[in-house]
Amino acid sequence: MSETAAEAEVFKALADPNRRKILDELAERDGQTLFEICSRLTMRHQLGLSRQAVSQHLDVLLRAGLIRSRREGRYKFHHIDTTPLEHLTDRWRGGGARENRCAST
Amino acid sequence: MRIYVTSVYVDDQDKALAFYTDKLGFVKKTEVPVGEHRWLTVVSPDDPDGCELLLEPDAHPAAKPFKAALVDDGVPLTSFYVKDVHAEYERLRGLGVRFTQEPLQMGDITTAVLDDTCGNLIQIIHKPGLVKP
Repeated sequence: MSETAAEAEVFKALADPNRRKILDELAERDGQTLFEICSRLTMRHQLGLSRQAVSQHLDVLLRAGLIRSRREGRYKFHHIDTTPLEHLTDRWRGGGARENRCAST
Repeated sequence: MRIYVTSVYVDDQDKALAFYTDKLGFVKKTEVPVGEHRWLTVVSPDDPDGCELLLEPDAHPAAKPFKAALVDDGVPLTSFYVKDVHAEYERLRGLGVRFTQEPLQMGDITTAVLDDTCGNLIQIIHKPGLVKP
């Protein structure tokens, strides 16, 4: 099974530890402003990331479909979306891989 | 040199005075007509001789886009000390105040962010020892 461009975006997004921390924080409390995400990275993880750097990380996560941004009046909130993760590793876990595991036992 | 005043740019001085007194609990200190607006300040009842907050009209053309850009990213314009962020959050929510950030604990600091209805986000913060009793 070949890797789709969308899956490649997800792997790229997850490869960065700072982006994984952003997802950790959104998993703890979903729906955060950019300011709250920056505060959490600075105060909880001692990451000296600029607001612009965090904004760029959010763009990568958005492109991968791992977060969604929601506008509510003048505010903008970011939400985690784990849908792209659901079948991400099926190609290694399903079908052939399972048969091989059975054969070796 | 001493800091005696700081300001928030508000879209309407009467609305701002109502919010900063009725909701937040500050008290009016000065109200002097200046041109088409007023020099309008509030202070904390816990520190009536302390730093004043000027409710300054956002009439300058640069003020509105500046405010909108901060709100878009959820950035508070300034920060007020409270004894208990969770208690203030519940009290203000009960008065209909909108929060863009619920109380968040980070080490010994707790913060929350609210909308002042005049175009600004305001942070409330508690940290032990931050303000002298």
